[in-house]
Amino acid sequence: MQKEAAIREPLILGHKSFHDITEDVCRPIEDKAPKLWYILFGIALIIGVYGVGCILYLLGTGVGVWGLNKTIGWAWDITNFVWWVGIGHAGTLISAVLLLFRQKWRMAINRSAEAMTIFAVFMAGLFPLIHMGRLWVGYWVMPIPNQFGSLWVNFNSPLLWDVFAISTYLSVGLVFWYIGLIPDFATIRDRAKKPISKKMYSILAFGWSGRAKEWNRFELVSLVLAGLATPLVFSVHSIVSFDFATSVIPGWHTTIFPPYFVAGAVFSGFAMVQTLMLIMRKAMNLEAYIHTKHVEYMNIVIMVTGSIVGTAYITELFISWYSGVEYEAYAFINRATGPYWWSYAAMMTCNVVSPQLMWFRKLRRSLLFTFFISIVVNIGMWFERYVIIVTSIHRDYLPSSWSMHYPSPIDIGVYVGTIGLFFVFFLLFARFFPVLALNEVKSILKGSGQSYKESPDYYKSH
Amino acid sequence: MSEKVIYVMFDCDGILKDGAKMLVSKGVKISDTFSPFPIHGIDPIIGVKNTRLGIMSFLYGLTGLTLASLGMRFFMIKDWPMNIGGKPNFSYFENLLAFVPISFEFTVLCAAHGMAITYFLRNKTLPGMPAQNPDPRTTDDKFVIEIRTAENSMDEKELDKLIKETGFIEIDKKTI
Repeated sequence: MQKEAAIREPLILGHKSFHDITEDVCRPIEDKAPKLWYILFGIALIIGVYGVGCILYLLGTGVGVWGLNKTIGWAWDITNFVWWVGIGHAGTLISAVLLLFRQKWRMAINRSAEAMTIFAVFMAGLFPLIHMGRLWVGYWVMPIPNQFGSLWVNFNSPLLWDVFAISTYLSVGLVFWYIGLIPDFATIRDRAKKPISKKMYSILAFGWSGRAKEWNRFELVSLVLAGLATPLVFSVHSIVSFDFATSVIPGWHTTIFPPYFVAGAVFSGFAMVQTLMLIMRKAMNLEAYIHTKHVEYMNIVIMVTGSIVGTAYITELFISWYSGVEYEAYAFINRATGPYWWSYAAMMTCNVVSPQLMWFRKLRRSLLFTFFISIVVNIGMWFERYVIIVTSIHRDYLPSSWSMHYPSPIDIGVYVGTIGLFFVFFLLFARFFPVLALNEVKSILKGSGQSYKESPDYYKSH
Repeated sequence: MSEKVIYVMFDCDGILKDGAKMLVSKGVKISDTFSPFPIHGIDPIIGVKNTRLGIMSFLYGLTGLTLASLGMRFFMIKDWPMNIGGKPNFSYFENLLAFVPISFEFTVLCAAHGMAITYFLRNKTLPGMPAQNPDPRTTDDKFVIEIRTAENSMDEKELDKLIKETGFIEIDKKTI
């Protein structure tokens, strides 16, 4: 048991026992799902199915059904890809980086944040795949011996780095998440009364018994995976930014991209975590575990990363002028004052102004305000990618090639569809999986729980 | 002689640890503990050695790095050197910078998955394996010490007497 300063706010409110924690987390899984769950699931499913329909239509007809043209060859598809990958950065950051920093508040949110991450990366991975047009030859991105002789994928290309980065990130994230889930599945297994659910959770729990040696290995594996995942988080979005930064398009060819993208990713990821967590804690009665202090901590992360993003925007503007390169300068003047000024304005307002409001303690501890800002940030971060991608290429070197991008209904359908699919996955997760890392939360009860804070001897007499 | 397993249950990890310390100091061999979360500091008391999975992970990582380097050297330098923008691929080291991202990713991939697979195999936690905890409550809020009579030189009565001093809540004996 670690000692913790008494003046720190407790992380678990109320006088909980170990058994209360199990009850609070397992009850929503064991009880019948509330009506609201079915309604939300139904809506998400309809939107998701519509998205799948759009994807099938796209695959059957060709990428021409998107609103692309000869100047703008990359638009919503890659925007959505980067947006989802960015969102998928919070979970691993929370569970890996915060584990290395021994931040105990992560324990209440890491499980669902990681689930969110995995589903977001699923959605992200979908976009490059459907962009291939012929989905079934997707395996060509792998360096496998083939019928074309010595034809290998290009290892000098950042797009291939991306293939490796995203697949490593997704699979390592999945394993990290599942290893943490196993002991909690065992808890549900040992409580389950219905034979079918007992059988299901027995399979999922892999026969976990909670032996001393198992826990010894568990803790080391979590630590090493966290150590491996930490540089992975930073590398993945750096590599995503290389897709642009290693090109020679004015507006993309900037060395600031990797840190700027990583900060933006964490920024948007935490915003998505806030959106989901604020609903989940209410819907599943987890207010004792995810409370104002957790929200405040996350808002501080949003504020810091938002400030980094804001600084990067302004640095970019300055450097484009200072470089003396006309094309570079024009790319940025055009962004701010050209036909896409409104998207630039949306990006600046949502991403630079709104996180600064978190300096006010009242605001960053207000749940309603946080919810509002989290949505604003996610909209802003979508516009950031849209601004970077579309405004940099829509005015080509030759004015005769200048063009505008108008999304087609399929563009919109695929994007909205992925949001639906994401919620389908997340709602299933919230229904059948323990949304709180039971074993970890129990381990901080005697040290960070309210009962302990009020009288450190509480658990000696209980 | 029939072997007996004694399961001593506690409702607090701290009491279990104190009890285990006392038992071990009296010469009792504790074969295992079962708990809903890691009991910090129990391993040296009952003689559980630290896992070597970290070393394994490092070795898997090295394997990944080697494979990635050899692979990229073969694909890009040996088998089909490409001439990209007038910058041909003559040697691995001249191209090294472009290979850094994938070398890193593949190292992490192998280190993480190699370790995870080894972890599952060593733990014998695999899909379909039966649970071995003696009581379903040990994954909820109870903590259990397992003592095997065959591993201890003292007889059962002596063990019982010592166990009585630990502050346990339940005791269960099974003959195997």
